[in-house]
Amino acid sequence: MTPNYGKELSAGAVLLIIAALLPFASDGYMLSIGVSIAMYTVLATSWALFSGPTHYISLATAAFFGVGTYVTGAGIDLLPYWVLLPLAALVGGVLAAVVGLATLRLSGVYFVIFTLGLAEMIRQCVTWFQNQQGHKGTYVLTDLTEAHIYWQLVGLAALVYLIGWLIQHSRLGFALRIIGDDEQVAAHSGINTSLSKVALFIVSGAVAAVVGAIIAPRYVYIEPAIAFNPMLSFQVVIMALLGGTGRLWGPLVGVIPFTFLWEVISASFPNQTTLLLGLSFLIIVYLLPKGFVGLLQKIRAKTGGFA
Amino acid sequence: MDIIITGLLLSGTYALIAMGLNLQYGVARIMNLANGEMLVVGGFAAFILFTGGGVSPLLTLFLVAPVAFFLNWLIYRIMLRPLVNRAKSRGALEQDAILTTFGLSFVMVGLMIWGFGGDYFNYSFLSRPIVIFGDNFGLNRVVAFVCAVALCAALYLWLNHSRAGMAIRAVAVSPESARLVGIDVPKLSARAFALGGAVTAVGGVIISTFLTLDASIGVLFTMKALIIVIMGGVGDVRGTIIAALILGVGETLVATFIDPGLTLAAAYAMFILILLFRPQGLFGRRPT
Repeated sequence: MTPNYGKELSAGAVLLIIAALLPFASDGYMLSIGVSIAMYTVLATSWALFSGPTHYISLATAAFFGVGTYVTGAGIDLLPYWVLLPLAALVGGVLAAVVGLATLRLSGVYFVIFTLGLAEMIRQCVTWFQNQQGHKGTYVLTDLTEAHIYWQLVGLAALVYLIGWLIQHSRLGFALRIIGDDEQVAAHSGINTSLSKVALFIVSGAVAAVVGAIIAPRYVYIEPAIAFNPMLSFQVVIMALLGGTGRLWGPLVGVIPFTFLWEVISASFPNQTTLLLGLSFLIIVYLLPKGFVGLLQKIRAKTGGFA
Repeated sequence: MDIIITGLLLSGTYALIAMGLNLQYGVARIMNLANGEMLVVGGFAAFILFTGGGVSPLLTLFLVAPVAFFLNWLIYRIMLRPLVNRAKSRGALEQDAILTTFGLSFVMVGLMIWGFGGDYFNYSFLSRPIVIFGDNFGLNRVVAFVCAVALCAALYLWLNHSRAGMAIRAVAVSPESARLVGIDVPKLSARAFALGGAVTAVGGVIISTFLTLDASIGVLFTMKALIIVIMGGVGDVRGTIIAALILGVGETLVATFIDPGLTLAAAYAMFILILLFRPQGLFGRRPT
C-alpha cells in the first residue's frame, strides 16, 4: 500500500486546486451552489468519519452546526473572526464529548435517541436564553464575501479529508473498523471501544461546528429556528448514505447529485420538500443500502475487472 | 399542589404513548422513530371529525384504533418485515429500523403538511373548569387522564392475564425461545407493532383534546416516549408508568417555574441522569 500514499495525496491536492478555482469561473448562481456543495461535503464526510466505521447513526449534525453558528453570532463583535473558528471547534468538540461519554458507553440506540433530540433541546435553551436577554436573533455583519466562505469551506474539506485519511491509516481507524464489524471482538482484543468512538465523534462534532461558524456570515441574521434546523441533520445523513460511507470520497459522490436534485425539488415543489426528502431517503435505504460506493463495488465484482 | 396534579394528569397520556412504543420496541424489536407522527395522525383525525362533523373525540377513539392498527400492520408487513428478514443481528436490524422509520417520519410529516398545511390546530372540547382539591383544572385534561389510565390498565391486564398477552411477553423476553414453545413470532411481532401503533394513535386522539398540535410536532412526542421507555426499562410496564409520572410532573414543574419552552430540555436532563446512573432503567436489573 505504501507506494500509493503519494499518489492518493497528490490526486487529492490536484482536485482541491481545481475546486478552489470555482469563484474565478463564476460568481453568481454556480458559486452559491458551490458553497452548498462544499458545506454538505464537509458535513457529510465528517458524519461518515464517525458513522461509517461504527455504524452508529448520528442525527445531531444540526446541533453542532447550530452551536457553531452561534459561536460566530455571539462572538463576532467581541473577538476577531479567526479566533472564532477554533473556538467553534472547541465548543463543538466539548459538546460531542459530553454526548459521547454519556451515551456511547451504552448501546447504539441510546446514542441515536439522544442525538435525535439534541438540536431541538439546544434550540429550546438558546431561545430561552435569548428571551431572557430580550432579543430574538443576532446580526452577523462581516465583510466576508461568498467566495471567502467558499474558500474556507474548501480548505476545511481538505483538512477533513486529511484527517480522515490519517485516521484510516492509523491504529484508531483500524480499531474503529473492528468495532464496526463486531464490538465484542473489539473489546476482547483489548480495544477501548468507548474511548475510540468518543474520540471520533469529537472530531465529527467539532468539524460540523466549524462549518456552522463559517456559514454564519452568509445568513447575516441568525435565529434559533435557522441555526438548529432539524432538516440539516436529515439531509446530511441522506447524502452520506447515498454516496456510501465505506470510502472517504463516498459522501462527496452523494452530495453533488443530491444538491442539484434538492435545488430542483425546492424550486419546483416547495410544499412537498419534506415528503420528497423522506421518500428519497427510503429509496436509498431500500435500494442502495451501501450507496454509490457499494453499487460500484458490486459492478466491479460482476465484471470481474477494474471497471 | 396544583402543579403536581397538572403534571399527574399529563403523565397519564404520556404513559399510554410510551406503552405503545414499548410494544413496538420491546416485542417487535423496531425502534420506531415515526411513533410521534402516528400520534399526530390520531390527533388530526380527532380534529377533523370534531370540527367537521361534531364527532366527540371519545367516539373517534373507537374509529382511530382499528384504522391505526391496520395501518401499522401494513407498515410492518410491507416496510419492516423485509428488514427483519435481511438483518443478520439485532444491532443490524436496529440500525435499519432506525433509518427506515426516520425516513418514514419525514414522509408522514410531508404528507400531513401537503394535505393540511403546517398550521397549528386545536379545538375546544370540554374546556370547562373542574375543581379538584380547591384548584381549577380543565375538564378535558381530567377526562383525558381517565381515558388514558383506563386504557393503560386494560392493556396491562390483557398483557398479564391473557394467553395472547403471555405470548407477547414471551416474545419480548426471548424471540428464539418463544419459537420453541410454538409461538408464531413473525405473526405476533406484526401484531404487537400494529397494536403499539394503535395505542399511540389513540394517545394522539386523547392528547389533541387538551394540547395544540401541528404537523411537525411528532418528533417531540417520539422523544418523550423514548425517554420514558428507557427510563422505565424496555418491556417494564410498572417502570413505564412511574417514568411517565416523573416526566409529566418534572416537565410541568419546569414549565411553571422556569419557562414553558424548556420542556424538552427538562426531559433531556432526566434522560442524561438516567443514562449516567441507571442505564438499565429504574427497575431494570444490571446486565451481567
